[in-house]
Amino acid sequence: MIITLNGRKVEFDGKISVKGLITARGLKTDSLVVEKNRSIVPRDEWDSVMVEEGDTLEVLSLVGGG
Amino acid sequence: MDDVLKIAGREIRSRFLLGTGKFPSHTVMRDTIVASGSHIVTVAVRRVDPDAGSENMLEYVPSGCILMPNTSGARNADEAVRIARLARAMGCGDWIKIEVISDNRYLLPDNAETIRATDILAKEGFVVMPYMNPDLMDARRLRDAGAASVMPLGAPIGTNKGLRMREMISILIEEMDLPVVVDAGIGLPSQAAESMEIGADAVLVNTAVATAKDPARIARAFAMAIQAGREAYLAGPGSIKKYAEASSPLTGFLR
Repeated sequence: MIITLNGRKVEFDGKISVKGLITARGLKTDSLVVEKNRSIVPRDEWDSVMVEEGDTLEVLSLVGGG
Repeated sequence: MDDVLKIAGREIRSRFLLGTGKFPSHTVMRDTIVASGSHIVTVAVRRVDPDAGSENMLEYVPSGCILMPNTSGARNADEAVRIARLARAMGCGDWIKIEVISDNRYLLPDNAETIRATDILAKEGFVVMPYMNPDLMDARRLRDAGAASVMPLGAPIGTNKGLRMREMISILIEEMDLPVVVDAGIGLPSQAAESMEIGADAVLVNTAVATAKDPARIARAFAMAIQAGREAYLAGPGSIKKYAEASSPLTGFLR
């Protein structure tokens, strides 16, 4: 399936949860926030919420800023 | 009597707020925050880049600091609200610096959109600290919308030009009951001291500290200047006069 992750088209096979996607991309999970189709996915639902064809996901973290 | 800064009912230990952008490394940032004595530090929300390695900058923010994410990148109120909600979902608390900017050359804040975002977020329980153009009517609108402070710019972001908006900021300080935090454009400790001398409650600095050759050292200088400026304001400085006025007695001359 094809999804949009942080503004880029990403393709992968099979079913995957939000948590699975984050770990597959090699991201550390502490202090990230995930938005799926403009809705925040609570951390305790990362395992149960599945990524679906055509989803738009944003994975964000805090960086230095003024 | 103790001179304590209170924002949203919370005692703030330092009148020096520090931004964390533009530092050469996380370790320099950490050492600078410690040197500054700042209690409130700002951060930004950005997309994670899986290819860039994701070191968590929060590990370098000393414990005890209040993290204040900003809404930089927002071009209107709705985008600011979205960013604020995302920031809160990261578990960093309720403080948010509203920054709504649609002008790319001078990065001037859009007061109308800032007021709209403040209204929405204050109702959701955020401690809202809006970056704004120093306009008294808009400051009152921000207060009525539930802002915890107003943060007028001293000069455009990152310019190090100092307190160019002095007259308008003075009016805000005089007329507003909310804390006034001078945010943006302050380039030198003397300019931070000047902001405090005219009665600002606090100063927020980023570029001038992060881009100095020795950020920790200039952060200490800023901290001292901000304390000095505050002391001077509380002391009630003497008035400016047109004509000379002798400091020594005008009697008993040896003539």
